[in-house]
Amino acid sequence: MTTALEADPPRVRKPARRRLRQDVVRYRWLFLLMLPGVVYFALFRFWPMYGARIAFKNYIPFLGIDGSEWVGFAHFQAFLSNPDFPRLLVNTLVIAALSLFIAFPLTIVLALLLNELRLQILKRTVQTLVYIPHFLSWTVVVSITALLFAIDTGPLWTFFAGLFGTDANMLADPDWFRPLVLMQMVWKDTGWGTIIFLAALAGVDQEQYEAAIIDGAGRWQRVWNITIPSILPTIVVLLILHTGQILNTGFEQIYLMSNSLNRTVADVFDTYVYFAGIEQGAYSYSTAVGLFKALVGLVLIFGTNWLAKRFNQQGIF
Amino acid sequence: MSTTHKRFNTRAGRAFDVLNVAVLTGVGLLAILPFLYVLAGSFATELEITTRPFFLWPNEFTTASYASILSSDVFVRAFATTVVVTFVGTFVQLGLTALMAYPLAKPDLPGRRTILSLVVFTMVFSAGMIPTFLVVKDLGLLDTYWALILPMAINPFSLIIIKNFFQQLPHELEESAKIDGANELQVLWHVILPLSKPVLATFALFYAVGIWNDYLSPLLYLSDTSKWTLQMILRQVTAAASLSADEMATDVPPPAQGIKFAVVIIATIPVLLAYPFLQKHFAKGMLIGSVKG
Repeated sequence: MTTALEADPPRVRKPARRRLRQDVVRYRWLFLLMLPGVVYFALFRFWPMYGARIAFKNYIPFLGIDGSEWVGFAHFQAFLSNPDFPRLLVNTLVIAALSLFIAFPLTIVLALLLNELRLQILKRTVQTLVYIPHFLSWTVVVSITALLFAIDTGPLWTFFAGLFGTDANMLADPDWFRPLVLMQMVWKDTGWGTIIFLAALAGVDQEQYEAAIIDGAGRWQRVWNITIPSILPTIVVLLILHTGQILNTGFEQIYLMSNSLNRTVADVFDTYVYFAGIEQGAYSYSTAVGLFKALVGLVLIFGTNWLAKRFNQQGIF
Repeated sequence: MSTTHKRFNTRAGRAFDVLNVAVLTGVGLLAILPFLYVLAGSFATELEITTRPFFLWPNEFTTASYASILSSDVFVRAFATTVVVTFVGTFVQLGLTALMAYPLAKPDLPGRRTILSLVVFTMVFSAGMIPTFLVVKDLGLLDTYWALILPMAINPFSLIIIKNFFQQLPHELEESAKIDGANELQVLWHVILPLSKPVLATFALFYAVGIWNDYLSPLLYLSDTSKWTLQMILRQVTAAASLSADEMATDVPPPAQGIKFAVVIIATIPVLLAYPFLQKHFAKGMLIGSVKG
C-alpha cells in the first residue's frame, strides 16, 4: 500500500515534465517568434511596474533602488496632504468632466446625424473631413490654436474679442484655458470617435426600420427605439474605458497649453508628475503620484464594469 | 417602394433633412478651415497675416517663409531625423507586433492565455512616466533615437487586433503549407503576411503617424537639442510669441509670424499625404480585426 503510494508521485510528475519538454520542442518556432515581443513587454511594461516600488522609498540613484531607504507610504501622505492636491484634483476632474459630459455626447450626436444623412456622397465627404484632425499631433493642434488666437491678429481672437468685448490674451488667460482645451478636444477627436458608433449602426438589421415604418413609427421614434438601443452596448463599453481614464487628462495637450500665467487652472496630475519627477528630480514622490493615479484608474474601470453588469449591460471583462 | 417614399414624405422629416445637410456641411468645414487658414497664411506676407483677420487665399503670394525655414540647418536636420526615425521605428514596431501576434493566434499554444491576460493588464494599468523613464535611463537609451521607438514598440490594442485577424484566416492554407514541409517561419512569411497586407498597412500607418507626431518621448528622453525631432522644433518656433521669455530654451528672437504658419504646414504635410491610404483601410482593418475571438 504505502510503497505504491510513494511510487505514485514520480510517475505523475515525470510525464508533466516530459510534456513541457515536448511542448518546447514542438512549439520552438512559435516561441522563438514571440520572444522579442515577450522581452519587450517584460522590459518596457513590467520592469517599470517592479521599479515603481521606489514610490515607497527615498530613491537615490547612486544607492540604487534596493539600497535606498524604505519609507512606506510617506510620499503618498505627503502628496495627499500637499496644499496643491485639491487644486490638481479639481483641475483634473474639470477637464475629465468636459470630456465626458460635452465631448463624448457630441460624438454620439455627430454619429447619429451622420447616420441619418441620406446623401451618401455628402456623408462620405463629411466623414473624410472630420477624421483628419485626429491625425494631427498635439503640437500642431496647439500651434494652430496659437495662430488662431494670436492677440490682435488671430482670426478667432478677433471673433471672440468682438463677441465678448474683451481684449484679453486668451492663450495666457486662466479663464480661457478650459474653453480652449475643450475646443481642441472636440475639434481633434469628435469626428474620429464616430467611427465606432457608425460601425455599430452599420450592423443594424434594416428590416427593423422597415417594420417600424409599417407600424407607423415616425423618424424620431425609430431613432429612439431602434438606433439608440443598438449603439447602447458600445456607449457602455466606451463609458467604462472613459471612466478608467478620468485622471489621465492627456499629457501632451495640457503640457503644451500650459504656461506660467495659466498654471492655476492648467496644472493636472499628469503634468505635475512631469514637473516634479523630470524637472525637479523627485523620482520617488512623482512615482507615488503616478501610482496613485494608476490605481484610482484601475479601481474606477473595474467599478464601472461591475456596475454595468449589475444593470444587465455587457461589460468589458 | 412605397415605404421608402413614406420616409421622405412628412414635412418635418424633410425639414430635418435640409437642416441636417446644413449642419453636417458646417461641421465638415469647421474640421478643415483652421488648417486651410494656416496653409493660406504660410504663403502670405508678414503684413497680410498681421492685418487681415481671416483669409483662405493670400492677396500677395510668397514662398519667403518656406525659403527661410529650408535655409535653416537646424530645421532641415530635424526634418531628416524625424523621417529616418519614423521609417525605422515603424518597421521595428510593426515587425515586433506581427511576430508576437502570430503565435498568440494559435489556440493551442501553451501559455497563450497567460500572456494575453498580461497584455490586457498593461492596457488598464501602467507604472507611469517616471518608472518608465528610469528603465529607459538604466538601459542607456537616453539621448538615443531608440528611446523614441522601443518604449512604445508594441501597442497592446494593435497587437490584439492583428492577432484576431490572423486567427480568422482559414486554417486550411496553413495546413497545406505545412504538409508541403514549411515551418512556422515560412508559413508566416509566405502565407499569413501576404494575406494580411491591408491590416498590416493600416497599422504601419498608425505606428508611423504615432512616431511622427510624438512629442512626449523626445521631451522626456532627448536632452541633446541637436537630436531634436520636428515636433520639438515646431513647439520651439510657435510657442515663441504666446509664452513669456523665461519659458523659451533659446535666446533667439521670436520668429516672424509667417515662419510659424509654414512650420505647422511642413510638420503636417507627411501625415496628410499618408491620410488617403490610411482612410482607405482603417475602418475596414479595424472592423475585421475587432471581431471577438
